[in-house]
Amino acid sequence: MKQSGGDILAIPAIEVKNLNRTFKTKAVKRKSKAEIVKALQDVNITIHQGELFGLLGPNGAGKTTLIKILCTLLLPSSGQAKVLGYDVDKEAHEIRHKINMVSGGETSGYGLLTVRENLWLFSQLYGMPTKIAKKRIDYLLKVMGLEHKKDSKVRTLSTGLRQKANIIRGFMTNPSLIFLDEPTLGLDVNASRLIRDFIKNWVKEKPGRTVLLTTHYMMEADELCDRVAIINDGKVLACDTPANLKKLINQDTTIKLEIRQVQDLSAFEGITGVRSFTHSHNITAGITKLKFILDDDATIADIVTAVPKSGSKIVSVEKTEPTLEDVFVTLVGRSLVNNDI
Amino acid sequence: MIFDDYEKPSKLMMNLRAVFGRAYPRVIGVNREPSWLFFETFLPLLTVAAFVYFYKALDAPAQYIGYVIIGGAMTAYWMNVLWHMAAQMFWEKEIGNLELYMIAPISRMAILGGMALGGMFTCTVRAVSTILVGVLLFGVTLSLPNPLMFIGIFIFTMIALYGMGMMFASLYMLWGRQAVHMSSLMTEPIYLISGFWFPIKAFQNPEILGASKGLWLGTIASLIPITLGLDGMRQCLFPGTNDGFLPLWIELLALMALSVIFLILAKLSLDYMEKLGKQEGRLTMRWQ
Repeated sequence: MKQSGGDILAIPAIEVKNLNRTFKTKAVKRKSKAEIVKALQDVNITIHQGELFGLLGPNGAGKTTLIKILCTLLLPSSGQAKVLGYDVDKEAHEIRHKINMVSGGETSGYGLLTVRENLWLFSQLYGMPTKIAKKRIDYLLKVMGLEHKKDSKVRTLSTGLRQKANIIRGFMTNPSLIFLDEPTLGLDVNASRLIRDFIKNWVKEKPGRTVLLTTHYMMEADELCDRVAIINDGKVLACDTPANLKKLINQDTTIKLEIRQVQDLSAFEGITGVRSFTHSHNITAGITKLKFILDDDATIADIVTAVPKSGSKIVSVEKTEPTLEDVFVTLVGRSLVNNDI
Repeated sequence: MIFDDYEKPSKLMMNLRAVFGRAYPRVIGVNREPSWLFFETFLPLLTVAAFVYFYKALDAPAQYIGYVIIGGAMTAYWMNVLWHMAAQMFWEKEIGNLELYMIAPISRMAILGGMALGGMFTCTVRAVSTILVGVLLFGVTLSLPNPLMFIGIFIFTMIALYGMGMMFASLYMLWGRQAVHMSSLMTEPIYLISGFWFPIKAFQNPEILGASKGLWLGTIASLIPITLGLDGMRQCLFPGTNDGFLPLWIELLALMALSVIFLILAKLSLDYMEKLGKQEGRLTMRWQ
């Protein structure tokens, strides 16, 4: 499929229809049966050019499988997936000219080569003239604050610096569509912020540039994404702007409760009117944070009553606006964040 | 602007750039880790020396020392094909590079070609040093009355050999660890039947296999390009010794044919394995 001129931006960056992907896992013992795992089930998503689109889901939800299909690394079991108007199965080569991918925790490249040499190597896989490649690499090294490490061997870099180099590798080819699979995984606050700012600016700089981002960090999705799809067990549960997703539970009441010396959290289970609740422990401070999504304000009293039953004391109670995390908990039934801090 | 589009190179130029790009780490690796040079050149010489002293102790004809030196030099290429070329895609997958190669808009043959080119460069360093030591330490005399034939034999040996390595690479890519054991399995038997330490015509000796069986074994061994390559180069460098398996021009033609066959097989198997890998999800699955 080819279009030209003004029509180009009208083609969806990604168009996925009734997409399914199953994996057959090998049996370890001869007598046991091979297992069929449904990684994606009837997925339908359309992402427009120029969008910064987020995929949110727990581990094993199917995010990476979807990205690998769209990157032409994996074939769908059934259904259709198109990238920039090209079919991932039949027109993979056309897609590859226009995309790139960066994964979090990636250890690509060769440790013996310097950062600059590694980046140059990957630029050559896209046929980039060396002069242009070096200009782009130097520019991006500067933007990413990695200029001082350009002549260091990759194997000497910290995780954060290596991830910055990976980000440069993905963006230096100037792809029309880039897949970022947990790009800030394991990075410190400053490095994450730098990468988020870079992604935001990159999309704004030129019309039509598209990003498909998967992340575990709700705040990241909320800050960056124009639209978000929540995916669990291979199914898309919701897909909309962060604001609209929050409206899904806007009529609900969200309260944050901080309690001390909690002994038994079961006191908070089964309270009528509680739609979901999550908790996290700050072990050093001895404080447990509870977050409740309630049908209405009337239930707050029942929760406060349950505090003494749990053997604890209230530190603070706060009524909050719903976040993307709350939407996720409501739809998926569990939190993405670690429960113990 | 820094990200303005540039004139897209032709398909050929794209793939050539990819070849040189992928060859780069191999070439640079030798310079960055000088210890490799020591292990790659000095240690193999010990095996060569063992065979040289063995032949000297037996009062074998003088050209046998030369045969061992050439065999020792060519060992570098065979080991490179088995351990670095064939197994490389598997290791690229393990270290996380394969995905990036697979989403790049270039031929997979260009990636393998780059590995081959880089591998040939490093092996040539080792091969040349082995020959130099042979000449200086063991007094081997080389003569080259037909340099064009020698160059032809060498070049087509390399193309056919690395073509075979490319074919193995695609198999190893999907078979994973089990395939790596294939490399171990192929090391010593090929040393024997390809005649790394003696001319394969020796199999036809009545005290070994006899004319008929020796001819058959040599013919089967000739499917591995290094067999005819070794035999051809020995015939070129030690003319008039009458130890050649087949006439030189037949060996050259056979190597040409093997070059074409292995490159085609490599392309076909790579395409097939890529498709299979995408269907089964094994292209990106590590720890197989």
